Amino acid sequence: MPIISTAGLARTFTGRSSPVEAVRGIDLTVRPGEILGLLGPNGAGKTTTLRMLTTLLPPTGGAATVAGHDLVKDPAAVRRRIGYVAQSGGLDPQETVRSELVLQGRLYGLDRTRATARAEELAVDLDLTELLDRPTPALSGGQRRRLDLAMGLTHRPEILFLDEPTTGLDPGSRADLWALVRRLRDEHGTTVVLTTHYLDEADALADRIVVVDQGTVVAEGSPAALKAAHGAATLQDAFLAITGRGPAPVDTTPVAV
Amino acid sequence: MLLHDTALLFGRYARQTLRSPFQIFFGALMPLLYLFFFGPLLTGLPLGREGDSWQILVPGLLLQLGLFGASFAGFSIIMEKSWGVFDRMRVTPVSRLALLLGRVLRDAALFVFQAVLLVLVAVPMGLRAPLPGILIGFGFVALLSAALASLSYALALKLPSPQEFGPAINTLAMPAMLLSGLMLPMALAPGWLDVLSHLTPFRYLVDAVREAYIGHYTTPAVLYGVLVALGLTALAVTVGTRTFRSAGA
Ligand SMILES: Nc1ncnc2c1ncn2[C@@H]1O[C@H](COP(=O)(O)OP(=O)(O)OP(=O)(O)O)[C@@H](O)[C@H]1O
Ligand SMILES: [Mg+2]
Repeated sequence: MPIISTAGLARTFTGRSSPVEAVRGIDLTVRPGEILGLLGPNGAGKTTTLRMLTTLLPPTGGAATVAGHDLVKDPAAVRRRIGYVAQSGGLDPQETVRSELVLQGRLYGLDRTRATARAEELAVDLDLTELLDRPTPALSGGQRRRLDLAMGLTHRPEILFLDEPTTGLDPGSRADLWALVRRLRDEHGTTVVLTTHYLDEADALADRIVVVDQGTVVAEGSPAALKAAHGAATLQDAFLAITGRGPAPVDTTPVAV
Repeated sequence: MLLHDTALLFGRYARQTLRSPFQIFFGALMPLLYLFFFGPLLTGLPLGREGDSWQILVPGLLLQLGLFGASFAGFSIIMEKSWGVFDRMRVTPVSRLALLLGRVLRDAALFVFQAVLLVLVAVPMGLRAPLPGILIGFGFVALLSAALASLSYALALKLPSPQEFGPAINTLAMPAMLLSGLMLPMALAPGWLDVLSHLTPFRYLVDAVREAYIGHYTTPAVLYGVLVALGLTALAVTVGTRTFRSAGA
């Protein structure tokens, strides 16, 4: 039984400008306990897909089941089982690190005592203990990202959606996050769907990769299988071959800027 | 659950508001200016209604406070959306109604507080009104603020760009204020204006509070006011909750 399955999941944005087909029918299955890397160039539709799977954005086509519940018919049941760290985060500049973590716990049903204890625990896991009483605008970019992650982990979700979780993290924090993701999977069986533009990260962390481009899935497989299929030494080369950009050209014309 | 989550969010937003005394007092400034510099002009004029000029003006100023204050509540949701806080909350299992009510109750509490302030200043200026009437007036401010704040959140989420929010609210609130007879009672109006005025819901609220301020609690005007206020609030909260569900997308 897949823990996530989508069929023709699609989203078209209509507004004042011409309609944008951000996601054009994605079929995806994710097994419980799998770490899935969702890759694709800028504007491929990764964030839009995650926003649909996390109930934030109603699909304009297709269907999906997440953690055994229909995305559209029973979004509340889906929400109880998932955690989401958005690409641009979600911190209130009027609050402190601690008050954000405690509120998050309480929104997921912990009482004040347990939410407070959980906040301290998460602070240890994400190296925020020294920063608990700082207002969130006083955090560095990477510290803020770690707080976003802590917020998404508060309720120990069955499925964790991470949209570019390591953007802005220093190498040490990034290694810590990789370890944390693996530990969540190994100790708690957490399923993780993450997007990233760091292909070494996808290679190291993901059991399986799905590459999307212009709103559709263009390749899928384990990092090793993708490399083998394109005769590539690195996932980066495989990715470039898949998305049709070829290996980086050697350009001799002087830059125009 | 609904109560628990609503209380939780109300607490958070109320604390944020309390940390900003400027926001608390600044909102009461416009009606206070009307009270000081416009109120004295009316004291000798025949206003076409029972009650002295303060009993007519203060109910209007109370609702003006709710009308202008709560209409702009949507600004805060635009900020929260841009910070990602709005989506972070929508991804939790908390009911959409609680997400809305936690915010709206903070708004209602803020405007009732400002209304109390206004009445306290109006008393030395010459306002005399029975206590039950004054309390009924606060009840109307609470309902009007809750309704308008809900609609304001919905509008803020629906507009394609946030720069349009301010102009849109001004365009809606000005005619609403003029047509409901907040400043001067519509009893002075020619027939066509009076008819037009009866098409805006706020008219019934002002009339009801003016009745309450002269000690009439069981007249048809008060009944209509209560019905319109409750109906408006129910409608607004429904619209607001729906918008929170889809975030206007
Ligand atoms: N609210 C919106 N209205 C209109 N178009 C949108 C909206 N949100 C996203 N898009 C468009 O949909 C497409 C997919 O965007 P999306 O954010 O899903 O890409 P992404 O794969 O996450 O890219 P990135 O790697 O840059 O984060 C883009 O062309 C984007 O411009
Ligand atoms: Mg993205």
